[in-house]
Amino acid sequence: MNPGTKENIAAQLERLREEAFRRQDQLRRSPLPKIHIGLATCGIAAGALETKAAFEQTLAERNIEAHVHTVGCLGHCYAEPVVIIEHPESGFPPIFYHEVSPGKAKMLTKMFIEGGDPRFEHVYGATEVNDMIPSVMDFSRFNLEKRVIMDKCGKIDPDDIYEYIAEGGYTALAKALQKPRRQIVEEIKASGLRGRGGAGFPTGVKWEMALEAAHDEKIVICNADEGDPGAYMDRTLLESNPHQVLEGLMICALAVGAQEALFYVRAEYPLAVKTLGRAIQQAQELNLLGEGILGSAFDLKVEIFEGSGAFVCGEETGLIQSVEGYRGMPRHRPPYPVQKGLNDRPTVINNVKTLALVPPIVTRGSAWFRGIGTEGSPGTAVFSVVGDVVHAGLVEIPMGVTLRTLIFDICGGIPNQKGFKAVQIGGPSGGCLPESFLDTPIDFDSLTEAGAMMGSGGMVVMDEDTCVVNVSRYFLDFTQKESCGKCTFCRIGTRHMLRILDRLTCGTALEDDLDLLSKLAKEIKAGSLCGLGKTAPNPVLTSLKYFRDEYEAHLTEGRCPGMMCRPLTAFYIDLDACARGCDACAIVCPTDAIFTTSTRKKGIDQSLCVKCAECVVACPPEYDAVRKVSPASLAPIIERPDKPVSEDDEDAATGGTPPEPGEGGA
Amino acid sequence: MENDILEKEAAIIDALREEISGNYGNDRGCMIPILQRVQNALSYLPRDAIAMVAAHLGVPVSEVYGVATFYNQFRFNPPGRYPVKVCMGTACHVKGGDIILENFERRLEIKEGETTPDREFSIERVACVGCCALAPVALIGDEVHGHMAPSKVEGLFSRIQIQKEIEERKKNESGN
Repeated sequence: MNPGTKENIAAQLERLREEAFRRQDQLRRSPLPKIHIGLATCGIAAGALETKAAFEQTLAERNIEAHVHTVGCLGHCYAEPVVIIEHPESGFPPIFYHEVSPGKAKMLTKMFIEGGDPRFEHVYGATEVNDMIPSVMDFSRFNLEKRVIMDKCGKIDPDDIYEYIAEGGYTALAKALQKPRRQIVEEIKASGLRGRGGAGFPTGVKWEMALEAAHDEKIVICNADEGDPGAYMDRTLLESNPHQVLEGLMICALAVGAQEALFYVRAEYPLAVKTLGRAIQQAQELNLLGEGILGSAFDLKVEIFEGSGAFVCGEETGLIQSVEGYRGMPRHRPPYPVQKGLNDRPTVINNVKTLALVPPIVTRGSAWFRGIGTEGSPGTAVFSVVGDVVHAGLVEIPMGVTLRTLIFDICGGIPNQKGFKAVQIGGPSGGCLPESFLDTPIDFDSLTEAGAMMGSGGMVVMDEDTCVVNVSRYFLDFTQKESCGKCTFCRIGTRHMLRILDRLTCGTALEDDLDLLSKLAKEIKAGSLCGLGKTAPNPVLTSLKYFRDEYEAHLTEGRCPGMMCRPLTAFYIDLDACARGCDACAIVCPTDAIFTTSTRKKGIDQSLCVKCAECVVACPPEYDAVRKVSPASLAPIIERPDKPVSEDDEDAATGGTPPEPGEGGA
Repeated sequence: MENDILEKEAAIIDALREEISGNYGNDRGCMIPILQRVQNALSYLPRDAIAMVAAHLGVPVSEVYGVATFYNQFRFNPPGRYPVKVCMGTACHVKGGDIILENFERRLEIKEGETTPDREFSIERVACVGCCALAPVALIGDEVHGHMAPSKVEGLFSRIQIQKEIEERKKNESGN
């Protein structure tokens, strides 16, 4: 590369930055109030679009000028829709409001934006430290996080490339363009970055292999085929800050010498596909993509391939098959995709989060990155923590933080004063860890050692009312359906495991089922080609290891300790608590399983009951008469009267028969 | 069921045939994008459309079926006017998503993956819709309904019924 080009690159970027700053200043220096609304899929699902409309409508009605600024997701799903209001004139710092319904939006417009009263009872916290309002940084949900991947998520408008540039975007690309390829690869290698897709393969090594592959046409692919049920960090990232991922992909292509790049995004993520498409288009318009990027000799064409939803396509070779137009069945490795991948060309496949980590590493250096996290797993990791936790959502933490800190300190622990039972990490390929593992540090090696795995970062917290067997069955049901069918062990083995688990959760298990289950699990792990089959038995194996007593309760007693397996539980109505003449439960019962007894109380017909627990909700708290038991045989049998008690009969009953002693008159 | 495609659909398939031969190549890598395009236009893949794609790519119909059935995105039954999607993500499962699915199935008297004979409703199970904090979640069309309960299922149908009646009335009024 000649030095003239180098200057050219820096100058071109500088021009873009100036324009970005000019635009940013317009917004930042504006004395008008600014309303930032998170509009990623999760926000929209919680009603953020209606909230936005309510703000806009009220502003228009009352003739108030303000900027309504759409941003991505902050990761605080428990608080959606999230709104941050900056109102410089009021004298208050920017304020974070949670669960802003359209009504709340109207009220805030009137009271705060127009009247200057921030309505303290609705404030969650100020976004910066100040003397007036406690800052959100005082909450551990905010201050224990370390954001590198999601640093700009929820702060910038994902649809405006200039906002990303103003925050320092594309400087890493410009820096990389001025370096020899080998040096970029060395930097990534030195950083110790490991693939965030789950397996944790060193990214630098992968890039080096691709760089050394002798082929003119190389290709890089961003794997955004996030199939793990309950994990949505890749989607959030693409919806909230697509440019960081795009920049990472471009640096990767530059480093390995590829001229083509591909985003493999699930078609189920329509908003992510749209946002990404717009990001690519904007980058092209600014000469950040296409031919002669930023005046250098580097050309890159980026396309989006919409994946059609097959979990196994998260596996590299399955993904390639799918892009080539075949069933997404993984093939044998070697040759690895970096040697012979898509259309036999060397192909580098990296996860969304891995690529999002590349620009910060290039900008701030590998030593900085090594300073975060642990020796073996440097950097940060993003988890989607869901299930029975108070502050569910996306959390980015440095590697090495313990599970206890993550679940109890950052995410607020278990709601409703319930006890902790287990945490399921890594989705269908991960494992279920009990309380004794809460002090395990979160990094690739420690989790694998414990029998779970990092996986894509899905984390389900379960309280004492959750059945581990049932959850394991759920994951196995998922992998069994998603098995591509190539390897016999995976195809048929998972089906048999599922059958055994079905028997366990229905109370029809056979004596040696548990031994058979663990034997099958081990054989499937050994006899499968790809990661799906190799890890599919993990949820069962770990739960069998740590929660064997629960499996045994299902097997021998037909009892579900978490009272979750419906065939093993029963509802009944405690006649001592039930109120005469009250119909609350009978009205809501979807199957008409609740009948009136001869004493005008209620009983449940066990043969009709589907155990939906609607009657528990409907029963007035002062009676609280519906009980749940396991095993089902514990429920007392209440006979349904042969002839339904009609209105006339009831009148006769009240007049005729005396009320039972101790229960008072009707 | 697969055979009785509507006249309207046959016309769309004809139009698609033109469009596809103009805009897409006939190499194997185009198969999935083409199928996505077809499903986008028709909301499902009727038999005639699959045959059309196979003819365009010059591969047997069975090959196209083989690929299409492998992926979750493709469906072979027409969706209803009100497609019901029940989230089966992990969080929804733990909070009883299967009970919600059962309630929809019972109410509509169809199983998941099917459409009511009048093509009004269809039921599908979907992977995480990404609002786990609202679990269990169901979607009707694009509208997300959080914190579902069996009695809410009934409520949703009443709401659709009311909406329909309002539309009907409006139509009649504008007609007069």
